[in-house]
Amino acid sequence: MNILGLSAIEIAEKIAAKELTAVEVTRAYLDVISQTDDAINAWLYVDDAYALNNAEKVQKEIDSLLSQGKKLPALAGVPVGIKDNMCVNSVKTTCASKILYNFVPPYDATAIKNAQKNLMVILGKTNMDEFAMGSSTEHSAFKQTKNPWNTRCVPGGSSGGSAAAVAALQAPLALGSDTGGSIRQPAAFCGVTGLKPTYGTVSRYGLVAFASSLDQIGPFAKDAAGCAALFDAIKGHDEKDSTSYKMEYESSYEEIDNFKKPTIGILTEYMGEGVTNDIKQAVIDAKAKYESLGCDVIEISIPVLTLALPAYYILSSAEASSNLSRFDGVRYGYRSEGADDLQDLYIRSRSEGFGTEVKRRIMLGTFTLCSGYYDEYYNKALKARSLVVKGYEDAFSKVDILLCPATPTTAFKIGEKTDDAMSMYLADLCTVSVNIAGLPAISFPGGFDESGLPIGLQLIGSKFSESLLLSTVNAFQNETNYHKACPAEKGGAK
Amino acid sequence: MLKGYDITIGLEVHCELNTQTKVFCNCKNEFGGEPNTHTCPVCLGMPGMLPVLNKQAVEKCILAGFATGCSINDIAHMDRKNYFYPDSPKAYQISQLYHPLCSEGLIKFSFTDDEGTEQQSQVRIERIHLEEDAGKSIHDAWGKSSLLDFNRCGVPLIEIVTYPDMTSAEQTCAFFEALRARLRFAGVSDCKMQEGSLRADVNLSIKPVGSDTLGTRTEMKNLNSVKAIYRAIKSEAKRQAEELSQGKRIIQETRRWDDNKGRSLRMRSKEEANDYRYFPDPDLAPIAVDEEWKNELRKSLPEMPAEKMKKYMDEFALPEYDCGILTSDPDISSFFEAALNHTKNIKSVSNFIMVDMLRIIKETEMEFSDVCFSPADLAQLINLVDTGVINISTAKTTVLEAMFAGEGSPDAIIESKGLKQMGNEDELLKIVQEVIAENPTPVQQYKEGKQQVIGFLMGQVMKKTQGKAKPDTVIELFKKELI
Repeated sequence: MNILGLSAIEIAEKIAAKELTAVEVTRAYLDVISQTDDAINAWLYVDDAYALNNAEKVQKEIDSLLSQGKKLPALAGVPVGIKDNMCVNSVKTTCASKILYNFVPPYDATAIKNAQKNLMVILGKTNMDEFAMGSSTEHSAFKQTKNPWNTRCVPGGSSGGSAAAVAALQAPLALGSDTGGSIRQPAAFCGVTGLKPTYGTVSRYGLVAFASSLDQIGPFAKDAAGCAALFDAIKGHDEKDSTSYKMEYESSYEEIDNFKKPTIGILTEYMGEGVTNDIKQAVIDAKAKYESLGCDVIEISIPVLTLALPAYYILSSAEASSNLSRFDGVRYGYRSEGADDLQDLYIRSRSEGFGTEVKRRIMLGTFTLCSGYYDEYYNKALKARSLVVKGYEDAFSKVDILLCPATPTTAFKIGEKTDDAMSMYLADLCTVSVNIAGLPAISFPGGFDESGLPIGLQLIGSKFSESLLLSTVNAFQNETNYHKACPAEKGGAK
Repeated sequence: MLKGYDITIGLEVHCELNTQTKVFCNCKNEFGGEPNTHTCPVCLGMPGMLPVLNKQAVEKCILAGFATGCSINDIAHMDRKNYFYPDSPKAYQISQLYHPLCSEGLIKFSFTDDEGTEQQSQVRIERIHLEEDAGKSIHDAWGKSSLLDFNRCGVPLIEIVTYPDMTSAEQTCAFFEALRARLRFAGVSDCKMQEGSLRADVNLSIKPVGSDTLGTRTEMKNLNSVKAIYRAIKSEAKRQAEELSQGKRIIQETRRWDDNKGRSLRMRSKEEANDYRYFPDPDLAPIAVDEEWKNELRKSLPEMPAEKMKKYMDEFALPEYDCGILTSDPDISSFFEAALNHTKNIKSVSNFIMVDMLRIIKETEMEFSDVCFSPADLAQLINLVDTGVINISTAKTTVLEAMFAGEGSPDAIIESKGLKQMGNEDELLKIVQEVIAENPTPVQQYKEGKQQVIGFLMGQVMKKTQGKAKPDTVIELFKKELI
């Protein structure tokens, strides 16, 4: 059986039908990783024995449930890659940073625990921009992940490893985190589907924090159905996370075929300057597709969204400067040798342990929180944030869903933007406002540009509208084949 | 007290709350323990860990607010105070700057000034906020290394900030005692200064008498006893006056009090102070305190010492001074009240507690809470005195001391030590006659009109009876025999 040709849902169905085992599936993906990852570098840490051992345990549980005639969780036996900023008990968790090069947490992130409860198999840890700061995975301290569609290009970031792994068929599913676009932007660059859930629906417990008020864990899959099932598996209220929503969580996967023909607004702010014509055309094509499916599509403008990018960089850097202070070389992680005194230990360990981009954000955040600048920057950014929230609320009183590009360009070349932080930050142009407002949004394949690189489209919904977003993308994917395309077929990495 | 200058003092008081668990995790909140045994990934600030606010800590902070006459704010926020130090594992302390739980309180109290005059006074509270304690660094205990103990890390603290309303060491110490009593009566903390669960920082400035402009203040830390607060204020006021008289100016700085040396040393100046870069903690939702919750907590607030004192004076007709002592400590007042359930002799219970028990407690350097016998035992002892079974001096010394030593109930102690009072006239007469025979000189003196010699003779009888003789009977007998 060609396991790699199956979607995550199809794999789960075959396991439930006893046509496949979790062990067979896991081994198949481990084989692909070992064959292709020298070229892609999507993974930081894969331990075949660990993954297979887990797969065996999972299969035993599956057998036991099946013998009792019980229903399996939707993704039972399906392997999943984990971005390396989520803690997995006894597995190295580095955030792709030298400062945590040897850190092994004695606890599981809640999202990981939930995935395991749903009988999923942890394959390994994927590469990322250091501490999730970046849009290209070039800021990993350990390796440069390549875009499977063109290995001279970046996979996007910060969850570049997870997106590339799913695109390169190294994993049917992966978890990423999205602070300003870190799931949606790499999903777009790699031609896969990625969901950034509503802030507070997936517990942040065990996710190494970048910007606490913006971070959100979410799924990658080839298609919306896989994202829906993985989102179902990891979401839910968690007492260990005070920002986690306490409410009834419906299954998005069960609603996947319930296409509601939402009214769609095309967000004009993200259709202007800086967005390539290929991408604009893909949005226009999607508009036509949804109209043909019976949706009303109108144009809509939220002028305050121009405030989102500067507000994002102030708030996220401020929070990061505080969140990353604990990495000081005292208790765990990297410690510089030969420090003269305490101050010297701090300075050396942090100077040597953090990469350039992380230091840039820490300095930016430290500056904006300093007394005398706090009102000028941080407080002003908070005000901008509430305006963005209000802007989206107004828009959602007119339409059900917003459609726009996921990124202004397709994947850029490795090294192209590393010396120009500002142009790198613009890669998040279409995504950051969603985090600022705490909304859900999904990035999905909507075509290819003239050089054959995937184009990502984005749907943005109101809070807790994941089911609507996922079923709307599912309807598109029932009509198109972009999400089924493989880099290998298109002449990408082999 | 300081010639030519007025002193202005404000306090920042840190008080550890006696919650079951720490403020952001489920670790035990307990003093001591083997180092690093009351810790978990959350209070150690490990990567990915998140704080979850302990409701009991919020409630105790609110109770402290009620106990000090504060208003409770409808919405409070937790903020991060950022600074690097090894005993602060997140490199920030979760505290409250912008929106504390409690604001604008007032405490009334009285004190004796340095001229011995009783003064009525009051001090305004600016705010009370909730925060977490840090761990402890132990320097040079193990070679040249510094060791870290995180047991205290994450223990809930409240910080009580006063307005600069105090003008003398006497007043400040009296305020501090009044505050301490209120916190203890509210049941929010054990307030043990020697264990660090209550700590005070003193902000002090001086200005020429009559001037409206406050002088530059210094902040003094490490004040571990009321005596230290007193001494530190006297010393710092004097130091500042000396600086000014030498034409120097006072530098705004933080100073560390060294109680052994009796002086303070400069820690850091304002310029060297950290910029704490406070901002709202995004990991914690705002705390909403609605009226219902406030009312519930207000109702649960135990009686405060001032109210109790008034009640004791009104209901029990005890002197103000006595009531002041009985209400200085919740352990004392609850012991007092419990004893009253078992005896009608209120005055005697009061005397036994405030004179005899507190004497023994002071001599043996224990706490009132360490008393190992029950209020019912004390009541029994008093009843035994009142019914003439033992005499009062035996009760206050031999029996009470045995009770402190855990030797059992008063009647058991009296029984085993054979302390029952001898009231039998025939038996006592024999002893009285013996004493008269053995002490001809004093007897002669008595007969010559030296009445006070009777005391000596009584002492001889007590010696022979191991203090058990009933004094009234003995005196009667002497009078009869020596006529």
